[in-house]
Amino acid sequence: MSLKTTLLLIPLLPLIGSLISGLARNQVGRAGAHWITILAVAGSCLLSVSVLQMQLAGEIGVENISIYAWMVSDGIRFEVGFLIDHLTTLMMTVVTFVSLMVHIYTIGYMHDDPGYQRFFSYINLFTFAMLMLVMSNNFLQLFFGWEAVGLVSYLLIGFWFKRESAIRANMKAFLVNRVGDFGFLLGIAAVLMTFGSLDYATVFAATPTMAGETISVMGGSEWNMLTFICICLFIGAMGKSAQAPLHVWLPDSMEGPTPISALIHAATMVTAGIFMVARMSPLFEMSDAALSFVMLIGAFTAFAMGLIGIVQNDIKRVVAYSTLSQLGYMTVALGVSAYSAAIFHLMTHAFFKALLFLGAGSVIIALHHQQDMRYMGALRKHMPITWITAWIGTLALVGFPFFAGFYSKDMIIEAVHLSQRWGSGVAYIAVVAGVLITSLYSFRLLYMTFHGKARWEVVESDEHHLPDGQLSHAPKESPLVVTVPLILLAIPSVLIGWYTVEPVLFGGWLDDSIYVAERNDVLAELSQHFHGATALGLHAVQTIPFWLMVAGFAIATFVYLFRPRVAELFSQRLPFLYRLLDHKYYFDEFYQKTFAQGGLRVGQGLWKRADAGFIDGFLVNGSARAVNWVAARVRRWQTGYLYDYAFAMIIGLIAILAAWVVLY
Amino acid sequence: MPLLSLLIWLPIIGGVAVLLAGDQRAGLARWLSLAVSLATLFMSFSLFTGFDRSTSAMQFEEMRPWIEIFSIHYHLGVDGFAVPLILLTTFFGPLVVIAGWEVIQKKVHQYMAAFLIMEGLMVGVFSALDGLLFYVFFEAMLIPMFLVIGMWGGPNRVYATIKFFLYTFLGSVFMLVGLIYLFIQSGTWEILQWHDFPLSMEVQRWLFLGFLAAFAVKIPMWPVHTWLPDAHVEAPTGGSVILAAIMLKIGGYGFIRFSLPITPDASAALDWLLIGLSLIAVVYIGFVALAQQDMKKLIAYSSISHMGFVTLGLFIAFAIFRNSDSGQGAALGVEGAMVQMISHGFISGALFLCVGVLYDRVHSREIKDYGGVVNTMPWFAFFAVLFLLANSGMPGTSGFVGEFMVILASFKASFWFAFCAGLTLILGAAYSLWLVKRVIFGDIANSNVRELNDINAREALVLGVLAVAVLLIGLWPSPLVDLMHSSVAHLLEHIVKSKVA
Repeated sequence: MSLKTTLLLIPLLPLIGSLISGLARNQVGRAGAHWITILAVAGSCLLSVSVLQMQLAGEIGVENISIYAWMVSDGIRFEVGFLIDHLTTLMMTVVTFVSLMVHIYTIGYMHDDPGYQRFFSYINLFTFAMLMLVMSNNFLQLFFGWEAVGLVSYLLIGFWFKRESAIRANMKAFLVNRVGDFGFLLGIAAVLMTFGSLDYATVFAATPTMAGETISVMGGSEWNMLTFICICLFIGAMGKSAQAPLHVWLPDSMEGPTPISALIHAATMVTAGIFMVARMSPLFEMSDAALSFVMLIGAFTAFAMGLIGIVQNDIKRVVAYSTLSQLGYMTVALGVSAYSAAIFHLMTHAFFKALLFLGAGSVIIALHHQQDMRYMGALRKHMPITWITAWIGTLALVGFPFFAGFYSKDMIIEAVHLSQRWGSGVAYIAVVAGVLITSLYSFRLLYMTFHGKARWEVVESDEHHLPDGQLSHAPKESPLVVTVPLILLAIPSVLIGWYTVEPVLFGGWLDDSIYVAERNDVLAELSQHFHGATALGLHAVQTIPFWLMVAGFAIATFVYLFRPRVAELFSQRLPFLYRLLDHKYYFDEFYQKTFAQGGLRVGQGLWKRADAGFIDGFLVNGSARAVNWVAARVRRWQTGYLYDYAFAMIIGLIAILAAWVVLY
Repeated sequence: MPLLSLLIWLPIIGGVAVLLAGDQRAGLARWLSLAVSLATLFMSFSLFTGFDRSTSAMQFEEMRPWIEIFSIHYHLGVDGFAVPLILLTTFFGPLVVIAGWEVIQKKVHQYMAAFLIMEGLMVGVFSALDGLLFYVFFEAMLIPMFLVIGMWGGPNRVYATIKFFLYTFLGSVFMLVGLIYLFIQSGTWEILQWHDFPLSMEVQRWLFLGFLAAFAVKIPMWPVHTWLPDAHVEAPTGGSVILAAIMLKIGGYGFIRFSLPITPDASAALDWLLIGLSLIAVVYIGFVALAQQDMKKLIAYSSISHMGFVTLGLFIAFAIFRNSDSGQGAALGVEGAMVQMISHGFISGALFLCVGVLYDRVHSREIKDYGGVVNTMPWFAFFAVLFLLANSGMPGTSGFVGEFMVILASFKASFWFAFCAGLTLILGAAYSLWLVKRVIFGDIANSNVRELNDINAREALVLGVLAVAVLLIGLWPSPLVDLMHSSVAHLLEHIVKSKVA
């Protein structure tokens, strides 16, 4: 099988699986749908791994393969094609592996759902779209994948379309993303205008020569063209990777079924923005201003969104805010030119966050769709596998030494520390404080869910439940299709950091994909202090982040395990802070008032006043009325008497003659 | 064989034959109409296969004297602008026949005949190379549409038809004055000779405004757009489909065939006006669409907003040439405008058919009368969501291609043009998806929705064919765009040369 065929099959297998299981869902049945889609995604996972192996063995280098010319217009070739380098293969492998785990898990999670086949069809389609995005060799296909993953996300958030909250959330997600895409598209237009091509290779090769280009944006003020491009592209990333202030859609996206929260809204799609900026590193490296902007947005998101996580009670929302915060970490890393560190954190995060989400889902099914942690507790005895894997995921998330998240997060913090970028001091404080916050909400989640007293109550009442909302039987551990993916994700959550930190960050593994200007290269500086993964883990006890993590653990243990009253006291004593966090800084209320209601009011005003009132009422119907009025009067002249007409003709002739005399 | 004449007269003669079938033989009228429209479609394929893409010269030409004392000729011919639009017209021929198959029960023969005759006349508009012939087709086409709305329309159809007729007729009278002036000055009705006929700036400006009156109403541009929502709301489904899918495009085609090449200097001088009105259409009308409570009105306003991209794509060419000598980007804009016209034909036609599907069952176009349609009509929901996403410019559908090209090109002209045009990404998604949320998704809203039956095979066929077209152009626009390269290049070479002697 030629390389081109292999690469084509990787996205096409899930596309075919999606079409079969979606369009012929009644013919293939439930089992047919999950077998077809799982085999498809397993196939593309295996093929991705084989491409990775070929790369590791040095059989293929950077491959830039054109598939077909989408369109040629104005001498510009718009293509569909693949760029296969280490960054792409890493993403392909992570995406297909997590997707495979989620596919298997779905058999258990969606077991009783009437939309079973539709769900598999969607997640297969998602895998296709995400692969098209990461494998692209040009901006057009990137934008296609970008919008296509957004579309599937829209369909999946609204998967339970009878729920008003779900179909609100999916529309919100799509529209907020469109705001980002608006910037993204302007960025792409600027790229085309500046470089005359949308092909990555052509654009990146020409980037250094364009450093002096400017664009006049507002009132004649000149912007550096590359800064303009980078900020526009990053606005797209802010939408997709949910960076403040375009983050508001991600917590609401939890209305979707949990498997997709894991796959789309934690592990893969939301990291597309991070991937995109890393891919565009040759452009971003030319603009310090854009990078500072990226870094500060990321730092704010990492810090502020984590804080909200502490006061949430919905288990999925806590994990969602944690995702926002971790995406903020990745963005900060991009901003300090530590692109590899961002990608590295993206990879470790994909594993442990998918694990945490799927663990949350396992709890949710055991408690019959109860998501409120206030009605959980003491599940550890009843769900041992879920409990242990959740602990592993949490340790990875808080950055406990030797776990995956430790390496990736620690490297980001160190990189920010070393960075000379404007504003990096503030960013450093944000990411270090973020460690304490992460630890707080993570252990809070563990304790409220798995430890303490049982407070089980259920939301849905059917034959399993007693009428007062109490569970009739103890919660049971989930079936194998659920627990096996948990175990398979727990393994990389422990090991992948220790195993890959050296090659990915310091071994130059991503050098073929990522460009870092020498003056910005914090990771090169960091590598001088790096003496292997084990040494780094042992060294952790001498660092501030480690002790902040321990402090968070201690506070959470004290407050949520031993003195639950303290949390209540906190909310009573500091009502202002509590309300601010509970209302998520009032972003939603503000957007709802200004943009949603405001936009509608503008539309109604233009329609009723301008269109119906002025144009139709005054101009169109008004001129019709005027014609009527004139006609009613002119009608009287049509007397039918010959002498009247003769008189009128004479008057007319005289008038014409007079006019002729006057004019000439 | 005179292919273009066949494409014009076969449906017209077929229409007359259907008329002769009479009121009593509705079945015969239907099958005959289907046969005629399918035959026309089949024949139009050779227009696609036989078209030489390497030249901008007119092809499939026919020339015959008509009224010799005024040197009026029956002169037909097509280039890269006309061919895609004629194909769009013949494509929709069988679709409207099938869409009206069971729906129309009253005076079937007249309904079918009106659409067949209209099809022939519209092909005539796109292939006429004689100014007066063009005018005759252009006006004659209004009559069957007038009848369709007036006879099979809704309760307020009289107001709508009169508004429609007066609006478009008033506009085209100004064009007629311009055409007669051109004939008197040049002594010919040949449009192609008018392209090279030198004119002073003063004259060009008046001619340009005359053409603008006709085409701005037709396409329609803000602020002469208010006839369209009324006409759509009152028109039967088939009428709305043809109106949106093809008739509006005649406005865009008119700009390409008349305004740009005959009055290039005036077009360049007044491009700010056209660009401004286009951007108002995109943004202002986008907001207005958001506030609509009637599904047909919403789609009608969305059409106006999308047509803004057509006029924008055409007129930014002048701004681009002013900015740079190479004019790189101008062709992208013009081709984008063309793609937008074709794509909007498919999408708006499909959307009006979707509304028709619901209207046939519930007899309401009000958004509030629906909710949770997906529960009872999953296949319908699939198509409706697909077309509404295409309407919001989703990549992979045809709706993306034209908008993408025009936005990229307008960035070359000015950042602010691209900025305003790009707002459609948000506004288009907002009104399209809000419609999805209110009509398609949600729990079953009322007993009408509970009793809905999903689309039947006939409806699935019509929507399925359109879905394929929308996806095909979205995934591979190359064959469509390749048709027009030579003609676009020729047009752009032409319009940069001043005609002021």
